[in-house]
This record gives sequence, C-alpha cells and structure tokens, in this order.
Amino acid sequence: MVSLGHDEIAKYPFLAEAGKYLQDKGFTLEQFATDPDLQIIVDKAYERIESAANGKIYNPKFDNSDTFSFLIAIILLKLSGMNTLINRFSLAEARRAEKFLEKDLVDNSNKTSEELAIKIIRDIFSVSVKKDKNNFVIPISDYLRHAVNFHELEWKLVNRHVESGMVFLSRHETVRLIRRELGGYIRSRIRAANTPSLYKGFEDKVNRLVDLAKKFTVSATISTEYPPCIKHAIDALESGENLSHSGRFMLATFLLGRGQSIDEIAPLFKNAPDYNEKVTRYQINQIAGETGSNTKYSCPSCEKLKSNDLCFAIPECDNIINPIQFGKKRL
Amino acid sequence: MLEHDSNFLVETFKQYYFDHFNLIHVPDRSSEREFGYKKFNSGMIRHISLKTDKDLRLMLMTNVPSDVFCSNAYYSFPNLSMGEKDWKEADLIFDIDAKDLNLSCRKEHTCIKCLSCNEVSLIQDICPKCKSNKLDFVSLPCQNCIYSLKKETLNLIKILTTDLQIRRENILVSFSGNDGFHLYVANSAYNTLGSKERSDLSDYIMFRRAIPEAFGFKKANPSRSLLPELAEPGWRGRVAAGLFGSKSNRSKGVTKIISDGYHAYRQRLEEMGKNSIGIRIDPNVTVDIHRIFRLEGSLNSKSGLVKLACENIEKFSPYTEACLIDDKPVEVLANCPIVFRLKNKKFGPYANETVSIPKFTAVYMICKGIANLA
Repeated sequence: MVSLGHDEIAKYPFLAEAGKYLQDKGFTLEQFATDPDLQIIVDKAYERIESAANGKIYNPKFDNSDTFSFLIAIILLKLSGMNTLINRFSLAEARRAEKFLEKDLVDNSNKTSEELAIKIIRDIFSVSVKKDKNNFVIPISDYLRHAVNFHELEWKLVNRHVESGMVFLSRHETVRLIRRELGGYIRSRIRAANTPSLYKGFEDKVNRLVDLAKKFTVSATISTEYPPCIKHAIDALESGENLSHSGRFMLATFLLGRGQSIDEIAPLFKNAPDYNEKVTRYQINQIAGETGSNTKYSCPSCEKLKSNDLCFAIPECDNIINPIQFGKKRL
Repeated sequence: MLEHDSNFLVETFKQYYFDHFNLIHVPDRSSEREFGYKKFNSGMIRHISLKTDKDLRLMLMTNVPSDVFCSNAYYSFPNLSMGEKDWKEADLIFDIDAKDLNLSCRKEHTCIKCLSCNEVSLIQDICPKCKSNKLDFVSLPCQNCIYSLKKETLNLIKILTTDLQIRRENILVSFSGNDGFHLYVANSAYNTLGSKERSDLSDYIMFRRAIPEAFGFKKANPSRSLLPELAEPGWRGRVAAGLFGSKSNRSKGVTKIISDGYHAYRQRLEEMGKNSIGIRIDPNVTVDIHRIFRLEGSLNSKSGLVKLACENIEKFSPYTEACLIDDKPVEVLANCPIVFRLKNKKFGPYANETVSIPKFTAVYMICKGIANLA
C-alpha cells in the first residue's frame, strides 16, 4: 500500500485504514460519539454524506479534519446500513479524489504528489502510467481494459494516439479512464469495513441518514414474473449503482413491452447516480417511439444481453431468446 | 456428401496423417488447451484434452477426422464444459479470408452449385438447368487472391509489430488450408484481454469507427495544421498517406477536406476503413476467446490442403506447398466450368465428364463439391 503524509491522506482518505488511522492519531470512536469538542467533525461527516446524496462534490479545499470527517462518515454510513447512500457517497468521493489526482499528475512543484498520483493509478487500477512531456503513456492492453467501459467513440483505440504499444493521454483523460473504477474501489473499501457498535452519540445522525435514504427509495412494484436480467437491473438501480446504458435500455424496452406506461417506468431510474427526470422521460419517450423518429424499440435478445454482461439466466428462463418471453413460453 | 466419396476421403486423410506425423504436433502448453474435431458427414466433437503428440496421433488414427481444431485459449480444465473450464488467457488470433477482400477476380473463379439438382455452372443468379435460386458458391482461388491475401497479411504484421509493439518472432503465420491466412500471437501483453477489449482491438486493426476529431477535424473550427501528416505514427500517418499520397499534395488535399466539410470527411474515413487502409480481418475470430481454431499440420476438409506454417510469406506457394496428398491417378466424374491450378499444373474445365486426375486434385474437387468418384 502507498505510504502517505497528512496532505495526501486528506486528499485520498480512502487509502487510510480507518481504525488504524484513528488509533495512530490517539483517538477512539467513542470520543467522537461523546466529546462535544469533536462534535464538529461528526457534523462535518454528516454534511459530507448529505452533499454526496444530493449529487454534490464535497468542498475540495481540505484540512486535517477532513480525513476524520471521511472516516466518521464511513462509520455513520455503516451504522445506517443504507446501500444507496454508500453508493452515492462513493461516487461523490471518487469525483473529489479525481480532482486531486488530475492536479497532482502535473504538479511540477511537488514531485512527491506526482509520484503518488501515478502510484495510486498503478497500484489500485493496474495501469502502469509513465510521464512523457505533457502526456501520460500507458500500455495498450491496460488502456483497453479500462476504455471498454466507455461508450463514446473518442475512447475507441482507433481514435487515440497510439505508438509502439502505448496510448498517449492527457492528464484529464488519464484520470477519466479510471473514474468508474475509483468509485467502485471506494465502495468496496466501505463495504468491506467492519460495522462498529452504535454509540448513543451517533444515534441521531444515523436516524437522519435512514430518513435521507428514504428519499431515494423506489416505490414501483416489482412483479415476480420478471426475468432475472430485469430483476438484476432493478436491484442495481435500487441500490444506487450505475446501471450501464445498455442495461437501462433493456429495462425500459422490457417494461414498455410489458405494457407499462412512461409514468410508471420513469420513477425506477430516480435512484441512478446521474438521475435527471427530464432527461429520463425524454429518453423513455424516444424508446417508446412517441417522439423523435417514431421508432418503437423492442427489448434486446438474450444473446445481445449476454454479450453486454446483462444476462443472469436461471433454469426458469428455459431457453427463451428474448426476456419478454419469460414465463410465457408454451409447454 | 455421397458415402463412397466420404469413404475415399477418410482413407486418403488417414494415409496423409500416417505418412506425415512429422508435420502435426500438439502446440505449446497442450495440456491447457481444448481440442476438437469433426468427422465426415458428422458434427463437431469438442472439449477434448490431448497432452502429447502421441495422444494426438492416436486420436487421428482412431477417428480419422475431416477437420481438427485446437483452442487459442488456455484453461485449467480444458476437457470440462465451457462454464467449468476456468479460462486463463488466450493467444491473439487473426483470420484473413479471400472472401472478405472484395477482389474483382473472385467472380471469375467462383462457380455456383445448385442445391436442388447439383448442377455446377459459371456464376449466375439461377441454376441454368432447373432454374432454382437455391445456390451454393464454390470459389477456387487464383494467384491474384493469394497475392492479395499475402499483401493483407504483411500489412497486418506491420501494424502488429509497430503500433502494437508485438515482436515479429512471436507472430506465427499459417496458410489456412483453403483460401486464407491465420495469424497467432503468443506470449503477448494482449493474451489476458477479454472479448470486449479484443473487439476494440479488431476495430483498430480494421480502421473502423474512426471519428473526424481524432484525425484533425474539429466540427466547429477546423484547422489546417491539425489534419494528419505523413510522418506521424499509427493511423494518423496511414490516413495522411491514404488521403494525400505524398507530402507535396498535402496542402491541396487539406483545402479540399476543409471545404468539403465534417460529414464528408467522416464518410471518407469510413470508406478508407472499408476499402483501402483498414485490414480486412474476420473480427468474429479475433474477439472469440473460446474458439477452437484449425490445428496446424491438419487437413482442411474444404479443400484437402494442409494448414501449413509459412516462414517466408512472399515466397510461399500454398497450392504447391500445402498440397501433400499423393498423385496416384483417380477416376472422377468432374463438373467444373473453370480452370484452376494445383502443384503448378492446370486442371479443368470439365463438363460433367469422367476424367483420370491425380489424387490430390480428386480430393480437392470432391472436397469442393465439384466432382464425385466415378
């Protein structure tokens, strides 16, 4: 693991071992729950989660108490058990770290920051980055492993500067390349952390988080007759995970195909990290063929879903070729 | 296929395998690979593990397959079902097939075989005998096809060794045994890539889905200096060569590109990918990380020729070097309206006539479906 100074750990607090960090600094969790002088950090931790839940990036100016607020935020999240908040928090923290990474990658005044940023990218995401003047060069195979997550054509290898087995990227692109995995990494660290016992001093904040999470709970009814791919997509959205474009397309076309209305479908997406009601409705309208080219799209075939890693077939699928046939197959 | 034809091929293939054990080996790390084979008039048998040359030879002699395949992938348990094999990695593979090169000569040496009455005739829309439109196409590649295939193969090798930095000695080139070339890249950084990543790599090699922005044309504010230069590495350099031909033509070419606009440039790039600078590989082969690929040294039942490694691509003569069946005379009923060459000898045309021809030609024609044993 990367060894870190104060500034670095405040920028990239997810690299710290929570329990060990507090211990090294001479604090116990109980102190945060009871000491009125430390209440300000607990408040900050709550605000940090709240702003993440609302899709905002926590103020990137930092001081040392920032690391504490991050670690206490994790404690509060674990105590609340609200996955949707954990997902939103991880995404917002990833965006925050991204800003620092981008800045550190070209910090001529501070070689240590630069080396650390490169080390984070290499150690956590297995991308070996080298600096070449103003560019960052990474091996084609490393590039492809990450770039396939993007749908935009500009990320296709053919549209990149490729030379001698390497891909040349700007610092912004280098950080963009690992954005998705950075959120996933933070989320996995939080999920893997132990849930501490609930001190009384945290109770109020934890209850408020549970209330906050309710705002994002999906109330749509889920039929038991849905195939596993659709259930999986709904579960992913429900827990605030970033369902891929093709996953969203599958879900919308399936539900439209089963006769649901746009009003019934749109709320399902409200838990997506990048939810925007207007955009969602517009897109479902397009898929339904009510606007745009008037083409009504149908649900992709099982084979297509397999190739997009969206298939979670179970025996009940019974060799259907399209999810829409689920449960309807003749005997 | 008629039974006495397939019996003849089985005997001939068996003799070939018996006589040419030296040509057919299990590849490196054979115990991690999946093997498969087909028998004449029968389906594919897969999920076989063969560890040594001896195992392979025993399988060949016992089953006398029409085609033999081996995975490019390495597995922990190659003989278990697909879901349980435990995929580790796969060599990068490429297939360049004459049918994908859109060669103008192709229609001159392709004939049609009517699926209703079996009549073989020169290429046309319907069977001249029974007027059926259910037709099979039979192509007997010519020298020009081979020349173009070699050129395409060499262009691919160039991209692999420069852009992708693959060492030439790690690239194995083989004649497929019919009308194409196969390339294997072993031990590269690309071995652990999955199917999606390989799909992006195929698009790169085929120069597909290129956008004008990456080749110097910004929609809003195009600038002359951003368009590609001939000296640039990778696709930008090759695009410049395709667009301008020479350095001195660049200025004129750039003016035209900018005046034609963004969409015209986009179309131009797309068209270049399809018809000129893009390498015409079969992307389905490259993206398949569980494929079983024809085994080197084995016979191809589409032609009776051998899949053979070629060290010197320029000099390699597939219809001589890969034609390893003996020349004992065989009487066949031949129906082939076009001329073809094998082992430097000219054969055909045959108008539904009984002829005595060398066994290698008889096998070739029976495999192609244009002759039957007399």
